[in-house]
Amino acid sequence: MSQTFMLDGKAIPFEEGQTIIQAASKAGVFIPHLCYHPDFKPHGSCKLCTVKVNGRQTASCTMRAMAGMVVESDTEEINAERRALTQMLFVEGNHFCPSCEQSGNCQLQATAYHLGMMSPHYDHFFPSRPVDASHPEVLLDFNRCILCSLCVRASRDVDGKNVFALSGRGIGTHLIVNAKSGQLADTDFTLADKAAQVCPVGVILRKRKGFAVPIGERKYDKAPISASVETEGR
Amino acid sequence: MTYQLETAQHPEKLRRVAIDPVSRVEGHGKVTILLDDQNKVHQVRLHIVEFRGFEKFIQGRPYWEVPVMVQRLCGICPVSHHLAASKALDVIVGARKLTPAAEKLRRLMHYGQMLQSHALHFFHLCSPDLLFGFDSDVTRRNIVGVAAAHPEIAKRGVLLRKFGQEVIRVTAGKRVHGTGAVPGGMNKSLTVAERDELLKDIYHIVSWSRDAVHLIQKVHTQDPGLYNSFGIFRSNFMSIVGHNGDLDFYHGTLRARDDNGKLIFDDVDYQQYDKYIEEEVRPWSYMKFPFFKSLGREHGWYKVGPLARVQNCDQISTPFAEHERREFVDYAGGSPMHAPLAYHWTRMIEMLHAAEVIKDLLHDDDLLSDNLMVEGERRMEGVGVIEAPRGTLFHHYRVDENDLITMANLIVSTTNNNQAMNEAVRHVARRYLHGREVTEGLLNHIEVAIRAFDPCLSCATHALGKMPLAVELVDPEGNVVHSLSRT
Repeated sequence: MSQTFMLDGKAIPFEEGQTIIQAASKAGVFIPHLCYHPDFKPHGSCKLCTVKVNGRQTASCTMRAMAGMVVESDTEEINAERRALTQMLFVEGNHFCPSCEQSGNCQLQATAYHLGMMSPHYDHFFPSRPVDASHPEVLLDFNRCILCSLCVRASRDVDGKNVFALSGRGIGTHLIVNAKSGQLADTDFTLADKAAQVCPVGVILRKRKGFAVPIGERKYDKAPISASVETEGR
Repeated sequence: MTYQLETAQHPEKLRRVAIDPVSRVEGHGKVTILLDDQNKVHQVRLHIVEFRGFEKFIQGRPYWEVPVMVQRLCGICPVSHHLAASKALDVIVGARKLTPAAEKLRRLMHYGQMLQSHALHFFHLCSPDLLFGFDSDVTRRNIVGVAAAHPEIAKRGVLLRKFGQEVIRVTAGKRVHGTGAVPGGMNKSLTVAERDELLKDIYHIVSWSRDAVHLIQKVHTQDPGLYNSFGIFRSNFMSIVGHNGDLDFYHGTLRARDDNGKLIFDDVDYQQYDKYIEEEVRPWSYMKFPFFKSLGREHGWYKVGPLARVQNCDQISTPFAEHERREFVDYAGGSPMHAPLAYHWTRMIEMLHAAEVIKDLLHDDDLLSDNLMVEGERRMEGVGVIEAPRGTLFHHYRVDENDLITMANLIVSTTNNNQAMNEAVRHVARRYLHGREVTEGLLNHIEVAIRAFDPCLSCATHALGKMPLAVELVDPEGNVVHSLSRT
C-alpha cells in the first residue's frame, strides 16, 4: 500500500523517491512549472512550482514526497508569487506574443494565462539579443529564453552533445552555444536531437514552419495548461 | 496639378488654425491652416504625426514571421498587410502559383475584409455627414445619431461589418490579427459547418450591399452641385487590375491613367514597381509622397482606392456590381470623375462586388480542400501587392541566405493618396474658409474631404464618433483671439 501526503486538502499517493510534483502530476493535480520536465533531472531554478510544505516554501520539483506532509499549492498567496515570477520572466526577455510563432503552443504564455496575468506589471528590460539563424534547419531566438536549461540538459544527458550551456552569473546569465564561433551551424546539432524538442518557449524553432498550425488547433487552444498533467507532451 | 497653398511665403505673420486630431478617420493626423488678418488662407497641410518604424524593426527577423507581425500595423485592415506580405514571401519561397484552394481561401479572406472595412467607413464614419449635412448639429453628427434617426441603416451597417469579420475569422482563425496565410499558401481550409454558416446570411448581405449603393447614389445625384465639386482636383490614378482588365482586389498587374483617363502604363508586373514609382520625403510630414517616375514629382502624383479602381478597370466580373459601375460611369459622362465625394459611391459598388464574390466563392468546393501549400525555387527578394480597402498596397522584402529579413519597403494605401488628400483639403479651405470666420461646421468640411479617402493615417489607431478637437486662432503676437473646442 503506497503512502500519501496532503496537497491542498487532498490525499496524494506517492512512491518512494518521487518528488512532490511527480506524485501530484500522476494524481492529476497540476502545479505550475517551467524548468521541470518529467524526462529530466530537476533543475529547481524557475521557482514557479514553489509550494509550502508544512508552512515552509520549497520547490516541488526538487522536494521528495514524504508521508504525512501537508502541502499548499493552489492558494491565493502562492499563485500571486508565481504570477510575479512569470511577469519578471516576461520583462527580462523580449516576449512579443502577437507575432511569435509559438503563441498557442508556449508554456510561458499558457502559464501566464493560467495564473491570470493581465499585464507585465514591471518595466521591460528590452535586452538586445540577436537571433542565431546560422543553422540550415533551426533558428535560435534568444529573445525568448527563460533560462530553464532544458535544452542544456537534453543535449548533455540525452543527445550526448553539450551543444548548449548557461553562461554568466546572476542577471547576466544567458544561453550560449558551445562552438568557437558561438554559432549553432558550427555544432553537430540536428533537428532529431532531444534538445530540439524540449524548449518550453520559442527559442529553438524549426525553420520555415512557423504558423503552420492554425489558430484553434494549437496545443493550448484545445486545453489549458492545467489539463496537461498526465501527458506532459510537448 | 500645383503646389499652391502647400507653403506660405511669409508664415511668420500668419495665424495658425489646427484641426488636431482629425476625427472619424483611422489613425491620427492633423490639419494646419495659416490665415492672415482678413482670414485669407495662405497655407494648408495635412500632417501625419505618427512614426511607426515597421520597415526597420522587422529587419533581422525570420521571414515567415513577417505576415503575422506586419499586420499589427492596423486593426481595421490587417488582412491587407497579412496578405501583401504573404504574397511577397510566396515569391521568396518560390510559390508563384498557389494551389486553387489556397488562392480562393486568401481571396475569400480579403473580400471579407473589403466588405467589413467599407461598411465600417461608410456607415460608422461617414454616414453622419452624408445623411445630416456637413455642418449639421454636431451633437448628433455621429453613428449614435444615425442609429436614432435611421435605425435600419445603422443596423445594416453593423451587420454587414459583422459578416465580413466572420469571413475573416473562419479563414484566419481570428476576426483581427489571425494567421491564415503563410508563405506558399494557407494553414487552414473551411469546414462544411463554417461554410454553411456563412451561406445562411450571404444573400442578405448582397441585397443590403445593393441598397447601400442605391442610398449613396441617391444622396450624390440629388445634390450634384455639392457632390460633383466639393474638394475637387484632377489627378492621375492607379490600381492593379485583374485578368482581362477586371476589377480585382487580390491580384493583377499595375495600371495607371492620367486625369483624362488615358493610359500612362498598363500590364506592369508589380515586381518592377520601383521602376515606375518613387517616394519623396517632405520635412513636415512622416508620410512620404509617391509619384510616377515618368512624370516627375510635380505632375506624377496620383490617387488610389475605390474611385481609382472602379474607373481604372474595364469591367466588374459580378453582375450587380457591374450594373452599378455602368450607372456610375454613365453619370460621370464618359470621362473620369474626380470628385472626392464620389469615393463613397464607388466604395459601395466595391462592397457590393465583394459580397457577390464571397457568395460565389462559398459555392466553390475548393474552399474545403486540404491541398494548401506549394513551394519552389528559393529567391532572395519578393514584392507583394494587393488592393487594400484604401488602395494599392506594396510590400517589398529582401531575405538573406539564413532566412532573415534584410530590407523592407512598404508603400501603404494612404501614402499613395497623400498628395491627393492635401489637394482636396486645400480646395475646401479655399472654397469654404477663405475670408470667413472659422466655425466648427466649416472645419468639419475639411474633415469631410479627408474622410472621403478613408485614410488610415497610422494603420494602427482608431477613432469612432467625436474625438476631442481643439482649435485655436492665435494672432501674430501669440495671443489667442478665438477658440473652439469639443470634448
